[in-house]
Amino acid sequence: MDRQQQIRAFIVESFLLGQDNGLSNTDSLLEAGVIDSTGVMELIGFLEKTFAIEVNDSDLVPANLDTIQNMATFVQRKLAVKQLAGT
Amino acid sequence: MKIPVHDLLKDSANRWPEKSAIICDGRVHTFGRIDQDSDRVACELQSAGVARGDRVAVFMENSAELVVSVFGILKAGAVFVVINPTTKPKKLAYILSDCGVRALIAQSRLARVVEPALAEAPHVRTVVWVGDPPADARPGRTFAQVLGEPHEPPADPGLIDQDLCTIIYTSGSTGHPKGVMLTHCNLINTTWAISTYLENVPDDVVICLLPLSFGYGLCQVLTGARVGFTVLLERSFAYPYQTLQRMAEYGVTGLPAIPTVFATLLTLTEFNGEHLGSLRYMSNAAAALPTGHIRRVRELFPRANLYSMYGLTECTRVCYLDPSRLDEKLASVGKAMPNCEAYVVDEQGRRVGPGVVGELVVRGANVMRGYWGNAEETSRRLRPGDIPGELVLYTGDLFRTDEEGFLYFVARKDDIFKCKGETVSPREIENMLYELGAVAEAAVIGVDDPVDGKAVKVFVVPRNGAALTEQQIRRHCQANLESHMLPKFVEFRESLPKTESGKIAKVSLQ
Repeated sequence: MDRQQQIRAFIVESFLLGQDNGLSNTDSLLEAGVIDSTGVMELIGFLEKTFAIEVNDSDLVPANLDTIQNMATFVQRKLAVKQLAGT
Repeated sequence: MKIPVHDLLKDSANRWPEKSAIICDGRVHTFGRIDQDSDRVACELQSAGVARGDRVAVFMENSAELVVSVFGILKAGAVFVVINPTTKPKKLAYILSDCGVRALIAQSRLARVVEPALAEAPHVRTVVWVGDPPADARPGRTFAQVLGEPHEPPADPGLIDQDLCTIIYTSGSTGHPKGVMLTHCNLINTTWAISTYLENVPDDVVICLLPLSFGYGLCQVLTGARVGFTVLLERSFAYPYQTLQRMAEYGVTGLPAIPTVFATLLTLTEFNGEHLGSLRYMSNAAAALPTGHIRRVRELFPRANLYSMYGLTECTRVCYLDPSRLDEKLASVGKAMPNCEAYVVDEQGRRVGPGVVGELVVRGANVMRGYWGNAEETSRRLRPGDIPGELVLYTGDLFRTDEEGFLYFVARKDDIFKCKGETVSPREIENMLYELGAVAEAAVIGVDDPVDGKAVKVFVVPRNGAALTEQQIRRHCQANLESHMLPKFVEFRESLPKTESGKIAKVSLQ
């Protein structure tokens, strides 16, 4: 499973009662009513644990988190920074 | 004198037609515009047969359309019922049926919740959709159509201040939500009292992060209409940085919050209060703010006043602490607001002196008319006061006062608790868990949580031989409960501790 699929699987399981209702990877999760403010915190916990990244306060913006695609891109960027820092 | 609540809006619209009333999603809605648009909604409802005293529900997220709907419903002479947008179909059906809702204004993206509920709510004869409804949804006009058409002024429904203004549903200890009836008189009084002690002025810009289904959220909009200040209406506090940027951009002067919002602000490491130089006051209600947090909030915003307040849906607001006394009375919620009396009584209803713990009783024009269609619960809460014929509100909350008469919250009398500032009824969650056939016993308690105040913990005993997983329980909860009631912890047990009378001993589960 690639990252996008992993994120999607988590959202379907946690917020859509396990039913993939054809939500697009570019749909706004807040606007589609998939998650609310509680859900955002849950998502962050999932991203931090699954991808071993640290989400900073200033990362908490829709551009990073509001669609499945944005999240995958955000995780990729975080991992790249982490790798650079590690070398 | 303003009698019905919508006259507050009309008055502000006459005085400042071009002034910003609501800012939402980056769009500014003037008082004049909200007044005109709500006239159109009122006409639509009246031509659909909605009459004085009928109930009209609004099911959507915080938005300008919600505010327009509320005032439109009032102008039609009807009673508005704002329902939390995270409500699930069964509970929505319960509310729609309980108060016999006649018309519903709903956000089209919530159609998948609305449709199954409508099937069980035959009273609802008219649906207006905000946004384009899905093809298979109940046919109805759209909000855009309603606002886009020429209209006559709505007919004057002839309301007096004893007429009902709103019914607000709140979780009760019995497991079913109860509809708190508030009259025009209640809210005209309460908005006056609140704006008086907060010293609101037309130049204020007050942010509203709380859902308007919640008395504390609704109050911001109604008080804004009274004073003529601007409300920056937000859907949630999901993205705090973005919200804080908007607060700075619009020069927010008032931040009404709940402990969860303050806890979130205090966890932001890259934020300091300097960004919000315009902030004049903050208020806390819905649940007690830990004193440690009060100190840190004061450090973060040294120039803003912090009002510790206490209220309940049944009378909106009771008391507030004068910010100049905060440092010496850190844990107090102050004294009764203007035109309200609050006192502590013993089990026999006799007033007690300082230091003695008893139930808080509230007397005043803010006290509700009762619970819709529920005389039994009403008589439990509204009981005779000192003056013959007068009814006063027994809050179900235990308080004490100090020597100077300042009030301190001690505990609830029942097992109701607050999560994210919203009321959680353990019974409501337990009833829902028992719908799962594999559940033999269930118990719900609130456990301390650093951000949410209390978090929901569920204990479940599966039936003999039944296969029951945590996932099944979580899915069942997600399908049936609003987000603040979802369990954070699920624990399986082989049995639950019992009292001598055979009831589940929740004290031993804490």
